[in-house]
Amino acid sequence: MASAAKKLLMDPFSDNNPITIQVLGICSALAVTVKVDTAIVMTLALTAVVSLSNFVISLMRNVIPSGIRMIVEMAVIATLVIIADQLLRAFLFDISKQLSVFVGLIITNCIVMGRAEAFALQNPPKASLLDGLGNGLGYGIVLIAVASIREILGFGKWLGFQLPLGDNFMGNGLVLLAPGAFIILGLLIWGQRTLTKYVED
Amino acid sequence: MEYLNLAIKAIFVENILLAFFLGMCSFLACSKKVDTAIGLGFAVIFVLTITLPANWAIHHFLLREGALVWVNPKFATLDLSFLNFICFIATIASMVQLVEMILDKFFPALYHALGIFLPLITVNCAILGGSLFMVERNYGALESTVYGFSSGIGWLLAIAAMAAIRKKLRYSHLPDGLKGLGITMIMTGLMAMAFMCFSGINLDKKTTAQDPGPQVAAEALTDTGN
Repeated sequence: MASAAKKLLMDPFSDNNPITIQVLGICSALAVTVKVDTAIVMTLALTAVVSLSNFVISLMRNVIPSGIRMIVEMAVIATLVIIADQLLRAFLFDISKQLSVFVGLIITNCIVMGRAEAFALQNPPKASLLDGLGNGLGYGIVLIAVASIREILGFGKWLGFQLPLGDNFMGNGLVLLAPGAFIILGLLIWGQRTLTKYVED
Repeated sequence: MEYLNLAIKAIFVENILLAFFLGMCSFLACSKKVDTAIGLGFAVIFVLTITLPANWAIHHFLLREGALVWVNPKFATLDLSFLNFICFIATIASMVQLVEMILDKFFPALYHALGIFLPLITVNCAILGGSLFMVERNYGALESTVYGFSSGIGWLLAIAAMAAIRKKLRYSHLPDGLKGLGITMIMTGLMAMAFMCFSGINLDKKTTAQDPGPQVAAEALTDTGN
């Protein structure tokens, strides 16, 4: 049991990473990664939503009629996202302003819906909670990696602290813009897939 | 004229996919063939144009602060905007269902052409994102319709171009790890870079006018007065 639980939790970190292998939840991975602090807050919000929604849906999995399961899932997810959004507004107002619409977009984040459909509907609550936790953190690893590259190259800072890069350091504006995000994530996916020997098609 | 500016801005300058990363999941999944890409693009335009005004009405008349005054003057301080998310997603889901049923009954050819894409659109974040941007930027009824329609066109442009590029890419030799998602992301990055050229277009008339005539200046004054 312990090894099965560990596998559920650790698999999404690399071998079955939601972003680089399963291709889910790319939108927010690009949009909130200009700075590391927004990436961390987004990771926490998404991890909380995906693990709780997995847990709740898994508890209800035997009573949901299959014809309306999408609507039930949507209602659960939207409720959790509203709670997360209200908490962020109450305690981390500045960061919630920077995240703008992307907190709300967790509702349509494919990771949440995808894990609910693919895992929580067939598995018991405890395993679903672990699966959600693993996928949320696997998403977070990619998010924080992209955000670190962008913040270091763009501002010469990490998590808001100035790095000792000398006076000659010039921030690269490209990595802060949309194209930079696409290209950095593309290169990261290349590296990660070369390491795990995953080939598409 | 300002509606045309808004449309150009939504299509080219602030393309919903290439500048705001919305709708990436279906963009990556459905850009393998040009036909399906275009079909999905049209479905997105259709649904965005319908759901944005609908969500605008819900937000404007029911959920925003003080919106319920028409029911009872006592509700002037009531702010239900935390219900935005759940109401918007419910509207989108039911609108998609409605559109599906209407198309099936009256335009069976179009219905079969769009096929499986219509239900998929409910979870396309470009749709919900459009509604949330509309609230954040305080668009009016007509503005949100124009914004929805032109964001859809921008999304269609991006996915059709990507599908064409991927068709060509199929015959090229790539390193194993770069195949599929990796190269698609990098190509999207290059495309986003090309679209950034449009940001040089100045669509704000108040700053473009070299010599702001009396009329423009007066307009600027009344604008700030609001």
